[in-house]
Amino acid sequence: MIVNQFLVLAALLFSIGIYGVLVRRNAVLVLLSVELMLTAVNINLVAFGAFLQDELLAGQVFALFVIAVAAAEVGIGLAIVVLIFRNRSSANIDELNLLKW
Amino acid sequence: MEFTDWIADARNIVFLVIGVAIIGSAIRVVTSPNVVHAALMLVVALGGSAGLFLMLGAEFVAWTVVLVYIGAVIVLFLFGIMITRAPTGRDSVQLDHARRWPAALVALAMFVTIAWATTVSFGDALIADRVVRAEDLGAVLFSRYVIPFEVVSFVLLAALIGGIVLARQDPER
Repeated sequence: MIVNQFLVLAALLFSIGIYGVLVRRNAVLVLLSVELMLTAVNINLVAFGAFLQDELLAGQVFALFVIAVAAAEVGIGLAIVVLIFRNRSSANIDELNLLKW
Repeated sequence: MEFTDWIADARNIVFLVIGVAIIGSAIRVVTSPNVVHAALMLVVALGGSAGLFLMLGAEFVAWTVVLVYIGAVIVLFLFGIMITRAPTGRDSVQLDHARRWPAALVALAMFVTIAWATTVSFGDALIADRVVRAEDLGAVLFSRYVIPFEVVSFVLLAALIGGIVLARQDPER
């Protein structure tokens, strides 16, 4: 196994996530695409950790931290989406123009 | 490295199978007209990433992905889909922008840039075999990384309280 195969796969996954964030209009689907990008980052971290043979296992530890922070992010993000839906009866991010100049 | 040499390693065949499954399901996540299908396809992509972690010898991270992501986060997403009454039928009019090609162009440019940079930098560098047991990870997590660990637990607590405060009904309104 060469390290680059994991990096290219993660790059492809990250790009698909970027496409999803840009093209989706439902807020829940945007959060799903963000999860794809975070997964790509985790693959990168673990692949670099295995490649560098780090004694302190920094790659895997930080992948765990990314997973924990992603769980927190999904909880808060979905709470905000539910709140927006309750106030505006829509989860469409194009209609959220209150902060637009 | 030639492709025939690369594919001669049985682990790379496993990698190809898992990689195709991950990419295919990820594409369905961002293109599916059905929101529930998109969430369930994310399960396939995350399960494939857990398989990649196993291949890289990161056992504990793999099972954490299965438990936390597939077990908890996807359930949370399904609840979010139900509560916001996202269109679960076949109508995709609400879900996607009309302008897909600029977004696809940005994503493609991103992929080419990252893949070119990593290929130039790392080339054919091999990954050495090494399985990290949960014991090793736990030992380093509670010695060297104990302060970041506690900070992450505090972040989770703050997110828990914040989620409750945000989502509950205000009794004074």
